[in-house]
Amino acid sequence: MSKDTAVAVKQPGQHPEPRVSHARNVRGMGWGFVVKLLVMAVINALGISIIMSAFNVEAWVILGASVVLLVVADVVYFTKRAMPLKYMLPGLVFLFVFQIFTLGYTGYVAFTNYGTGHAGSEQQAVDAALIQAEHRVPDSVSYPLAVVRDGDTIGFAINDDGFVEVGTADEPLAPVNGAAVDANETPTEVPGWEIVPRGDLFTDQDLQNTVVNLRVPVSDDAEDGSIRTREGQTGAIYKSTMDWNPEAQTLTDTETGTVYEASASGNFVAEDGTMLPTGWVVTVGFDNFQRAVTDTALAGPLLKVTLWTFAFAILTVLTSFGLGLLFAMIYNDQRVKGRRFIRTLFILPYAFPAFMSALLWRGMLNKEFGVINDLFFFGADINWLGDEWLARFAILWVNLWLSYPYWFLVCTGALQALSGETMEAAKIDGAGRWRQFRSITLPLLMVSTAPLAIASFAFNFNNFTIIYMLTEGGPAFPGTSGLGATDILISAIYKISGVSGGVADYGLASALSIIVFVIVGIISAVAFRQTRKLEEI
Amino acid sequence: MSEQTLKVARRSPTRRSRWWAEVGWKYPLAAVIAFYAIFPLIYVLSASLSDSGTLTGSSNLFSDISFANYQALGETTFWTWVGNTLIVGGATAVGAVLMGAAAAYAFSRFRFKGRRPGLTTLLIVQMFPQTVAFVSVFLLLTALGNVAPALGINSKIALICVYLGGALGANTFLMYGFFNSIPKEMDEAAKIDGATHAQIYWRLIMPLVTPILAVVALLAFISAFGDFILAKIVLVSPDQWTLAVGMYQWVSNQLTSNWGLFAAGAVVASLPVLALFLALQKYIVGGLTAGSVKG
Repeated sequence: MSKDTAVAVKQPGQHPEPRVSHARNVRGMGWGFVVKLLVMAVINALGISIIMSAFNVEAWVILGASVVLLVVADVVYFTKRAMPLKYMLPGLVFLFVFQIFTLGYTGYVAFTNYGTGHAGSEQQAVDAALIQAEHRVPDSVSYPLAVVRDGDTIGFAINDDGFVEVGTADEPLAPVNGAAVDANETPTEVPGWEIVPRGDLFTDQDLQNTVVNLRVPVSDDAEDGSIRTREGQTGAIYKSTMDWNPEAQTLTDTETGTVYEASASGNFVAEDGTMLPTGWVVTVGFDNFQRAVTDTALAGPLLKVTLWTFAFAILTVLTSFGLGLLFAMIYNDQRVKGRRFIRTLFILPYAFPAFMSALLWRGMLNKEFGVINDLFFFGADINWLGDEWLARFAILWVNLWLSYPYWFLVCTGALQALSGETMEAAKIDGAGRWRQFRSITLPLLMVSTAPLAIASFAFNFNNFTIIYMLTEGGPAFPGTSGLGATDILISAIYKISGVSGGVADYGLASALSIIVFVIVGIISAVAFRQTRKLEEI
Repeated sequence: MSEQTLKVARRSPTRRSRWWAEVGWKYPLAAVIAFYAIFPLIYVLSASLSDSGTLTGSSNLFSDISFANYQALGETTFWTWVGNTLIVGGATAVGAVLMGAAAAYAFSRFRFKGRRPGLTTLLIVQMFPQTVAFVSVFLLLTALGNVAPALGINSKIALICVYLGGALGANTFLMYGFFNSIPKEMDEAAKIDGATHAQIYWRLIMPLVTPILAVVALLAFISAFGDFILAKIVLVSPDQWTLAVGMYQWVSNQLTSNWGLFAAGAVVASLPVLALFLALQKYIVGGLTAGSVKG
């Protein structure tokens, strides 16, 4: 880390002055180096443990990325080269993993059918279909069974005619030596495993679910079926009635004879069109984008949502900028006494956290008990948040309340920075008030405030918080889209994505995210050029 | 204002009417605007002191004064949320400052291959808000959670990591400009005196850039404090929630019966912010306008 060490290490041959380099060496190996060593030790330990658990769950991408990151970190911090990287690496790692990767991954998901029913690989879909179709083999024996655990791993121990065998979800049944059984022939002691008391199964709901869903393969061959239990006391062999043929890519239901073929859209489909519930992720090209504009249930609401998003963002900026500017011009007046006090009162909404403002107004605008209806509308039951247009108005009103103080502050500052001489000159030239404002104040003001206005537009374009906290996008449009009159694109994406539960459609949601990215990108590019242009004034 | 009226009364009628036309009308108008600005805040204070703790009777402002709602907060997970918010916001602020400052220092002081493209890339990346990519954040954390639960869904550490992902893009430019304003000659003098680059960074530069560090820390804290969408996706169980998620849940589930709790919580959580804001008002106003005038 230190240059002194570099001197001591690199050049002992050239400058054999042990006195100097020794002294420097001692200082260079000071606490700074110790701290670095400790930090790197912790990072390496964490990295290796992540790599190992990635190996255990077979998450190859994460494994590869962690190995690369760890090697890069060690190389950067334990060699003398790449000095700038020593400073930038921590930030870069987070930037790459949590921003650049997520942006790129959004781009990938947008072209897939990832979502409910299409969540994994084809092999996982096959396994799911096989397990789904597992039934207890008719007239099969039931084995005395005990639930066993080793740390977090739950398994079954069964008594197969005097031989105790143990297995877990990943490990097929294997005989164990030295096990003991009780009078009911239930295993009571299994070396290397801890028997889970039956009482635990009744009290621990999670454990109960795990046990009921646990399937312990009988052998490495999936065709042999698995041991499952209903109550944790006896187990029986379950076999799938489905038959997977990897060469032909078909699943055959041996009971009915139906053949399900793998389709290009990532599903197993029978000839009559019936589909197995579990599909897999495939790339679907521009399907998601196409669906957004052609799907009859979705296209209409999405178009309205897009229009409202623009209207919301533009109107918010215009109203709050306008009001803020107006107030700033009125109260940027030396003759008004107590301006500091007045200003403090004006900007209080800005100091109140935005999400709380939205929640607060939600209560205030409540139809039956809200204070707005009670105090200002004589107790009328005006449905502020339930009516399409009133809800839109309410959103703009609340956003105006919490953002005009910002513009008031910005405009006050910008007005004070304007040169008085220009105004004086205009006045002498006979310009009226309106003319002064139109031709001098506003253009000069725009130089400094236009970039902020565009930033504010971009911010409000994705202002999820206020929309979701105030109306949750409602009132809902008629139909099955699930979207509502005050939904903006990002809240629509939130609902479609299903990250909060319900049917998930990550593909479509990501496609819409891409559209938002494109819009935001264009706005930023325009803003960039506009700033340049305005500064030339 | 009464003083003002007295003074005016002594003036001639024409001067008085001119005063009204040019200045006087601004006072009543100020009262109207102030009412618009403050009424919701007065109302939430009143609702928090209301005895009933529901929305139903909250319209009768200050009809009763009781601290029942504040006491009731102690029986909820409210203080856990406050703690979570402080942890997430604090860690994000510290991390953003450390990473942003280090990167800005490198960009400002070292000349290396890829420096300009790097700066440009940062400029472009920061235009695309992370929140819009929340679907892939969710999928990424789900995958990471299978490997290391601390980096998965429902972990504060994961949320902090996600916020820190946006730290470099948002803050490097702010700091880069500030670092550039510190003369390079100072570094060189220190180097000649035998300081290592680590010493120059920690002992010389960092103390000089404290103001911008404070600004970045505050911005990072505020954005973590106010973030809703990422926090809502990442934090699932009530004991992990931040204030934004928790209070949203109060209001969205049975708004009417939780109203007193919400009001009291809002007062408790916003008072420090209000106090800080008013104390720093001069700087915030200055900072906003300085930024805006510079463009």
